[in-house]
Amino acid sequence: MNHWILAPVILPALVAPLIVLAMRHDLGLQRIFSLAATLALAAVAVGLTLSAASHPPQVYQLGNWPAPFGIVLVLDRLSALMVLMTALLALAALFYAITSGWDARGRHFHALFQFQLMGVCGAFLTGDVFNLFVFFEVLLIASYGLMLHGGGAARLKAGMQYVVINLAGSTLFLFAVGAIYAVTGTLNMADLAVKAPLVAPADAALLRVGGLLLLLVFAVKAALVPLHFWLPGAYGQAPAPVAALFAIMTKVGAYSILRVYTLIFGAGAGDAAWLAQDWLLPAALVTLALGTAGILGARSLTPLVCFSVIASMGTVLIGVGLFTQTATVAALYYMIHSTFAAATLFLIAELVCARRGAMAGRLNAAPPLAQGDLMAGLFFLGAIAMAGMPPLSGFLGKLMVLAGAQGRPDTALVWAVILVTSLLTIIGFARAGSVLFWKTAKSEGEAAAAQAWPAGPVIAAGATLAALAALTVFAGPVETYLEATAAQLYAPSGYIEAVLGQGALAAR
Amino acid sequence: MEFLVASGVGVMTAAGIYLMLRGRTFPVVLGLAMITYAVNVFLFATGRLTLDRPPVLNGAEAYTDPLPQALVLTAIVISFGMSALVVVLALRSYLESGGDEIDVIGEAEVARRIERDGVSGPEARR
Repeated sequence: MNHWILAPVILPALVAPLIVLAMRHDLGLQRIFSLAATLALAAVAVGLTLSAASHPPQVYQLGNWPAPFGIVLVLDRLSALMVLMTALLALAALFYAITSGWDARGRHFHALFQFQLMGVCGAFLTGDVFNLFVFFEVLLIASYGLMLHGGGAARLKAGMQYVVINLAGSTLFLFAVGAIYAVTGTLNMADLAVKAPLVAPADAALLRVGGLLLLLVFAVKAALVPLHFWLPGAYGQAPAPVAALFAIMTKVGAYSILRVYTLIFGAGAGDAAWLAQDWLLPAALVTLALGTAGILGARSLTPLVCFSVIASMGTVLIGVGLFTQTATVAALYYMIHSTFAAATLFLIAELVCARRGAMAGRLNAAPPLAQGDLMAGLFFLGAIAMAGMPPLSGFLGKLMVLAGAQGRPDTALVWAVILVTSLLTIIGFARAGSVLFWKTAKSEGEAAAAQAWPAGPVIAAGATLAALAALTVFAGPVETYLEATAAQLYAPSGYIEAVLGQGALAAR
Repeated sequence: MEFLVASGVGVMTAAGIYLMLRGRTFPVVLGLAMITYAVNVFLFATGRLTLDRPPVLNGAEAYTDPLPQALVLTAIVISFGMSALVVVLALRSYLESGGDEIDVIGEAEVARRIERDGVSGPEARR
């Protein structure tokens, strides 16, 4: 057994209480430990990804209990990739939080940050549906604290909505898990994949209901229309580094959809095969359209970024919803891109807002902002990435999604929606950019006081941009990895045999 | 017994959903509490309703499924913690903003209220 599989969960789980208990009065120590733990997490994630790339799915049995009875963690290409993405994003977000002083505006930022990482990594690694629920709760509880970090009436109101909708989602998750357990008698994902086609015809409807309820839960997490309402408020009010980290949270939803609906409700599920297919693609198309409408309608910079996150989730889920191997490669590539693009834009949005003084993000003419050229350049690059224009990876990602949608009866619809929304996104960002940086009003009264801006936050935003550039330059190797990932997803026998042992599929 | 449990879960869920859709935090918190009770009973019932049986496989013909009991325990702990959090959050939100509406009032609405009632900014946000 490869014990490192447990490390992404156990490392933050040990560091977080240590920060709370031993160093709660010393911010400097907290920063050092938090940064060191995140660096170590990144190193472990790189190791795990290399290991996953050269091995079939690996299983870690907690307490050495054999699979359907104990909880297992499973490391395959997909989960390794997601953990690596989480760790890299967390590094940038943490660096931004430390250098911008966000972590000093409230208590326990670093502990909550580590717990958040624990929940996210756990959700990516677990091979058990109920354990997935538990890790969802861990990441949500930490995210409540992070979202409310810094306090304030507006943030509390938005936080209240965020907490309530997620509690409702968690309840729905339990109903879904209960329904699935009632008909299959198991909650281990691999075991569910074996048992799903064996369900008695009388119970098949209940299994499908459970499966679709689960889709609703993941749709809440992934901000799929019509369950996206919470996102602009929550992400818009969250501190920028937290919003940047939250870019991975919508991907937890996308990951869960991909995992559950290829493994459990995939080709081999009998009556419940490809359960999500009929619902996911139309919903994703509407999500993309609605997110784009939000980009055009936004009157302030942060909501604009929030709606661009919704739109990009639409594109990711179109790729997922096509449920073919090539489209999944495209969806995964675009998912990596969209995570870093969203994080970049959240960071840049706050940098810009801070430099505009009282005008903050409102899209009205204002006096020229400090470091205008640098900010305009960063925003320009971020907007190019998010809108999917060359030369950055968004362009490649969208191209792959378009190629993945070829040869279907509804190809024309999918292409039309993606291409038109891309154009509208470009218009929306161009409008915002020209108002923010070009249409400057004559400064009334005193000019903005010359202020020394710290370089750290700009470097953090630059680092996420650099990740996008790297994703573009190394698109070839990344695609090779993703092709093998998709192949693994669409041939789940490897996963099932890794968890349950050889011959587990003979029952099918 | 099945009918009683099933209708109990159903009625409690319905009441919970109704309360959750209200516009103020207090009914919403109550609704969340109710719906978590409902889901706990539902989870408990997924192992089938059996009376007076041991929760272990000891060679006996009938037994109670022990797994839902473990699941329900986890769910209770989590939902208890969440309820506590949401109560504190609701209270804090009430104290900070002076109102207990779930809605965030938009800037346009604030401006309209200032115009209409001639109140100050913080006043209009309530």
